[in-house]
Amino acid sequence: MPDGSVGQAVKRREDRRFLTGKGRYVDDIHRPGELTAVFVRSPHAHATVKSVHIDAAMASPGVIDVFVGADMEQDSIGSLPCGWTVTDRHGEPHKSPPHFPLVRDKARYVGDHIAVVLAETLEQARDGAELVEVDYDELPANVEIVKAVGGPPLHEEAPDNLCYDWVLGDEAAVDEAFAKAHHITKLDLVNNRLIPNPMEPRAAIAEYDGGLDSYTLWSTSQNPHLLRLILSAFVTGIPETKLRIIAPDIGGGFGSKIYCYAEETVCLWASKRVGRPVRWTSDRSESFLADAHGRDHVTHVELAMNETGEFIGLKVATRANMGAYLSSFASSIPTYFYATLLAGQYRTPAIFCNVKAVFTNTAPVDAYRGAGRSEATYPLERIVEVAARELGMDPAEIRRKNFIRPDQFPYNTPVALTYDIGNYEASLDEAMRMINYRGFSGRKAESQARGKLRGIGFSAYIEACGIAPSSVVGSLGAGVGMWETAQVRFNATGTVSVLTGSHAHGQGHETTFSQIVSDTLGVPMENVEIVHGDTGQIPMAMGTYGSRSLAVGGSAIMRACGKIIDKGKKIAAHLLEASVEDIEFKDGNFTVAGTDRSKSMAEVAFTAYVPHNYPEDLEPGLDETAFYDPLNFTYPAGTHICEVEIDPETGVTEILDWVAVDDFGKVINPLIVEGQVHGGVAQGVGQAMLEHGIYDSGSGQLLTGSYMDYCMPRADDLPSFKVGMIETACAHNPLGVKGCGEVGAIAAPPALINAITDALGIMHLEMPATPEKVWRLAQTAAAE
Amino acid sequence: MPTVTMTVNERQVSGEVEGRTLLVQFLREHLNLTGTHVGCDTSQCGACVVHLNGDSVKSCTILAVQANGGKVTTIEGLASGDALHPMQEAFHEHHGLQCGFCTPGMVMSAVDLLSKNAKPSEKEIREWLEGNICRCTGYHNIVNAISHAAQQGDAA
Ligand code: FES
Ligand code: FES
Repeated sequence: MPDGSVGQAVKRREDRRFLTGKGRYVDDIHRPGELTAVFVRSPHAHATVKSVHIDAAMASPGVIDVFVGADMEQDSIGSLPCGWTVTDRHGEPHKSPPHFPLVRDKARYVGDHIAVVLAETLEQARDGAELVEVDYDELPANVEIVKAVGGPPLHEEAPDNLCYDWVLGDEAAVDEAFAKAHHITKLDLVNNRLIPNPMEPRAAIAEYDGGLDSYTLWSTSQNPHLLRLILSAFVTGIPETKLRIIAPDIGGGFGSKIYCYAEETVCLWASKRVGRPVRWTSDRSESFLADAHGRDHVTHVELAMNETGEFIGLKVATRANMGAYLSSFASSIPTYFYATLLAGQYRTPAIFCNVKAVFTNTAPVDAYRGAGRSEATYPLERIVEVAARELGMDPAEIRRKNFIRPDQFPYNTPVALTYDIGNYEASLDEAMRMINYRGFSGRKAESQARGKLRGIGFSAYIEACGIAPSSVVGSLGAGVGMWETAQVRFNATGTVSVLTGSHAHGQGHETTFSQIVSDTLGVPMENVEIVHGDTGQIPMAMGTYGSRSLAVGGSAIMRACGKIIDKGKKIAAHLLEASVEDIEFKDGNFTVAGTDRSKSMAEVAFTAYVPHNYPEDLEPGLDETAFYDPLNFTYPAGTHICEVEIDPETGVTEILDWVAVDDFGKVINPLIVEGQVHGGVAQGVGQAMLEHGIYDSGSGQLLTGSYMDYCMPRADDLPSFKVGMIETACAHNPLGVKGCGEVGAIAAPPALINAITDALGIMHLEMPATPEKVWRLAQTAAAE
Repeated sequence: MPTVTMTVNERQVSGEVEGRTLLVQFLREHLNLTGTHVGCDTSQCGACVVHLNGDSVKSCTILAVQANGGKVTTIEGLASGDALHPMQEAFHEHHGLQCGFCTPGMVMSAVDLLSKNAKPSEKEIREWLEGNICRCTGYHNIVNAISHAAQQGDAA
């Protein structure tokens, strides 16, 4: 029996190939006879495409073909769909204008796809793309959320640029609470647009097999099965049986690789059209322009309190940017992944939220790590902080006073969720202990003596992940189910292949899932192989997003293991001449209860495939598939506290300390979990201090289109992190797990802004808190 | 087209390249050494770091012809047989990688750091990594791995 690896910091099994340069990413793969695609993109934010002249490009050396939107139209290639229909406050479905892979009428953002050039080499395709001449009629453009409604219309289907006007919560109850409030705190804030930037740019290779009339697409996708479903059912009409999608090693996703994109769709279609494999790899400039962006909200929030500082009502009005088209899940992010989280960790009895989603001449916006929940946590944890300052309360105490208490679970929030379990005070207390909150005033004085400004910031967040019960999301407009599958297959020699629908692109599933299987089936980890990312091998899947891999994918694996054990018991009972009810399974052995007569898992597996002595009514083989549809979301929660020091002379903010205390339920591998926290916090720090996707309001050009202008967090921007954990096991999945991938990006931004505003003695500043902004505020503060 | 000859991972190689062919393209496309990655087009991410004549360089900013006659080590040349280089070992031990895309550049850069500064402080490590972007790890465990490798003393 292996040593019981669940809960241990097992070193990752996948590391070796990455450390030796043997990872296999999409761009590393080549197919014989392949052509390279280069896209001609719109230089204008909004323009009618009058004509596209391809003759010069076609004559360029090495160019094989050039295609435009009309060519795809001819072959009935459809629009890239949005898979979630939001119903607005009047009961109408959201506006979902067509989104063709190559434009047919207008370009709607800088980087929009006008044509594709296919050539023998990348250089030749680039040279050819230079020669494609496009006649544009420039149109007025708008990139700003606040000017969208009534601005230049992007789509006929949405003449006022409004995608939906949506509400959640009881408005009358909130009005009543506000009418009797003792104190009301108000805040306007912006959730800055982010550009996800996984380090591996998107890529695709498509190959058509004329003999089998079938396609293979290698894609940098987080969810190849979902991509197959979208391409097959909505875009190309290729049957799922004729389309295999392989997502091999993927260099990070953070949400941006969930979606069905124009480029891979074009490669897929063109591979048949030209009869040769077609490859495309984004360069970084293209990923800035054409990967789905994240966040981009403008929000007004008001919090009503009674005399003792208890929250009695919360009112939120948000305008959310959808960009130029609806990306695959865009509509759901500022609604069901946002407004539903506005209760946070608090008992606020009445909450009302209105969201207006608008179209602008910018890249589509969709889920980015923490999606929706990060946007909810920011206004909530900011307004709680501002309220505490206005009321002269300690930031910890105002939170503690309003927390949902451990004895109140399961807890129904006024915004449609039921939290199953949690202990918010425990994580707050532990975080305060770890950062030595009591010593803060002394440290602040010490900084002051050196002419520095020190501040501390809290963030008590909650998130909903492990998405999601299919019936629930279905009733809210999702076009898909959100189960996961697993197949656990013993081979005759006792090794185990585990085929999972949860794709890994940095999360370490090959290790975590092996630990679970090894412990559950009593098989050494080295005998367990985890297979993912190939629709040709994995039966069905929904993929990786919303921190669902362990809670949903892991639960599916557990269920398949359970079926294996059940069948194994029947085989063992036969071999041991006992009745099935008397067989116990433990540590890899099937034993007749109360005796020492037993058969090992390996013997049982061998018997299943060499069934010479076998139960008559049982099928051979030891190979089980399970689907798992979660019963509820899972609710990781915790407190992050950070301490910063600002140099008022330079405006530079140094993060001195970061404490993260999270409740992920049961932890399978603390090494991996802590790594996820670090990475998430780093992205949250990036949002709060460095990153901002900016379009020029006049020209609509992306001003932050490279690493020169878009500031990614570097090693010397970040501190070391202190990670603590508390545990309340998830009550409704077999592993007791909740999910950990997104919390850092959710918790971090308000913690930092709370700390920086605390240091500066102000109520608010907009993200990112760049040195220039901080310096100006520090100067003003000094002058007052 | 010019022919370039160089030593890559202790093997003499040569090939015909265009004048504009970058060293990273030569490594990836001509030699199929796909461990060296391309993460940007402005020489900032460091996914492409290799050693040229003993120094770490961004192979996306050097033309293949500029490396003519040189000695190149890529991530594929770091381990000796089955035994990982101590820096690779340290990254494994301390979970210094997640998706693995930045990893080859990070490791090559870290090895060069220790060859120039055997006992760097945390601050020095963080500053040295200024030219290597990782989106996954938050750098915490990368810095940890490099510190530990430095303490072990044989990872230069
Ligand atoms: S590829 Fe980014 S620095 Fe070389
Ligand atoms: S491990 Fe993914 S970018 Fe560094």
